[in-house]
Amino acid sequence: MSELELRHVSKSFQVGAHWWGARRIKRAVSDVSFTLHAGETLAIVGESGSGKSTTARIAMRLLDADAGEVLWKGERVEGLSRRALRPLRRHIQMVFQDPFASLNPRMKIWRSVAEGLRVQQPGMTRAQLRARVAEVLQQCGLDAAMMDRYPHQFSGGQRQRIGIARGLIVRPSVLVLDEPVSALDVSVQAQILNLLQTLQQRHALAYLFISHDLAVVRHVAERVVVMFAGRMVESGPVDRVLQHPAHPYTRALLDASPVVHPSQRVAREEHEAQETPPAAEGCPFRPRCPRARDDCAAFACALQGGAHQVACRYPLTDD
Amino acid sequence: MYGMRHTPRMLEMKRLSLSIGVGKKRVLAVSSVSLCLRPGRVLGLVGESGCGKSLTAQAFLRLGEYQGVSREEGDILLDGVSLFTMNEAQLRAVRGGCIAMIFQEPMTALNPVFSIGSQLTEVIRLHLPLDRRQAVERARMLLRDVGMDDVEGVLAAYPDALSGGMRQRVLIAMAMSADPSYILADEPTTALDVSVQARIIALLRRQQRQRGLGMLLVTHDFGLVAEMCDEVAVMYAGEIVETGSVREIFDDPRHPYTRALMACRPEVVPHGQPLAAIPGQVPRPGQWAEGCRFAPRCPLADASCRAPVRLDAWRRGGHSARCVHGART
Repeated sequence: MSELELRHVSKSFQVGAHWWGARRIKRAVSDVSFTLHAGETLAIVGESGSGKSTTARIAMRLLDADAGEVLWKGERVEGLSRRALRPLRRHIQMVFQDPFASLNPRMKIWRSVAEGLRVQQPGMTRAQLRARVAEVLQQCGLDAAMMDRYPHQFSGGQRQRIGIARGLIVRPSVLVLDEPVSALDVSVQAQILNLLQTLQQRHALAYLFISHDLAVVRHVAERVVVMFAGRMVESGPVDRVLQHPAHPYTRALLDASPVVHPSQRVAREEHEAQETPPAAEGCPFRPRCPRARDDCAAFACALQGGAHQVACRYPLTDD
Repeated sequence: MYGMRHTPRMLEMKRLSLSIGVGKKRVLAVSSVSLCLRPGRVLGLVGESGCGKSLTAQAFLRLGEYQGVSREEGDILLDGVSLFTMNEAQLRAVRGGCIAMIFQEPMTALNPVFSIGSQLTEVIRLHLPLDRRQAVERARMLLRDVGMDDVEGVLAAYPDALSGGMRQRVLIAMAMSADPSYILADEPTTALDVSVQARIIALLRRQQRQRGLGMLLVTHDFGLVAEMCDEVAVMYAGEIVETGSVREIFDDPRHPYTRALMACRPEVVPHGQPLAAIPGQVPRPGQWAEGCRFAPRCPLADASCRAPVRLDAWRRGGHSARCVHGART
């Protein structure tokens, strides 16, 4: 069953509005569609400004889309009021990149972790809440005795465990993870990724995993959506897309990733210049694309193909 | 052009120990670290958060002293002259003039209420005998050199108007403003996403080569080390645990901590399998184990690890490891 589905979602923001009414509209997300199935991990990758976090916020209904549909467990939620949404929020929870910013520094962490549960089940006693908090903290690899501490007493990795516990406490079936390990050291990152894997198996969770790190995505995800300038440019099984990228942007992202061994060092001098802004019409990647031709300016940028889809007039082939 | 001053042949940290905190809470944070920077060479200082690598880097400019860091012993020598014998005026000439720093967080390193142009020319005029117009001209040249397309726009802009990558370019330009001989780069690309990171790496590499800079690159990212470094020093709990050439460290790591750091990268583990995470966490200063400080987290630890271990416990040429089991493979 589909846990989460986006259909043709678009969202624009007004930027740099001037007092005499000159307005600029930035299209943050254009025509994004995907389905997240029970128990799987779908990754969204792209650089800053690609619209991946906006997409996650729309999926959570923290932002309302201008157009398109959002479905949780097959049920359309984009028109529902906050009150009507509340019982459904149990199914889908979010973990943020910086858990410190999302924890109230003056609240003991057990209260922060319990917040979602108090909203979902207002009748629970303090003792019941604390018992449940102790349980999820332990599942997340923290000592239950830590629950009376304040956020500043924890390390970055521990705070991210608290952030995960906070989502997990209402027993969701979907976690939306927005760059959950980007701010962490590689050793702590490994601990958190392993924790996410264990929790996924134990609770049959589905993850929507937002990241710019292809090595992490390759490790955790089954399927991947590559976004550029608010559009989906490629999607498919992770090993297909990252081993045999069809879109030149996916190729460029792979080439930009740091090498694993000094012997693989490549000349990067040609990549040094500032990036050119995406094109407004046609294929947005065309100003940076080595394969661009004149007719890319008229390309509608629609995904084509079966399981492995690409939005490119001249996609890369294996040979 | 402005590099008429001679290039110091060596910047050397000798058995430096630093402590942090005051009174009874004073604890050792960096213990007996020796590092050597040479023109044209990039030395990577690698380790997890809290191992003391940023404190070590800042010591090259004696920056920590304003934040309660004090030197317990050891020295830093610039061509044989101790930084600790210099007065404030001499230090100011060294800071930014001979040794410059690029910080991790470009938003906090720039002042939000002054334009880029005024901050950049201020730094230039602090170090070079130029008038306003000459300083602006040099600022233009520096910004062009770090790949800025719209130089005039950047000069007039305030830091919040620039993207993370652009801010990092400005900081690099600022670091280069007085033609330094040495650059200390503290996690210069950590806050950036993959494509911008690749561009900044390319830029740093070109600047380093063209100017023949000696560079200390502080990072927790072995990908960045593989991209940029000639030599590597791995740091754990305030001390260097392994040092060698970049090929020696990648091909034949001898300290279990180095091996563990390399093994927990997602790149080296097949999909779906658990990553080789290091159990536990970095001990804080004051909570270091007796003997080998990594022993409590180490798979090879035994009774022989309880005595203090020297950095040359395992040694082959310039490659050495602070591990009594270094010969084990």
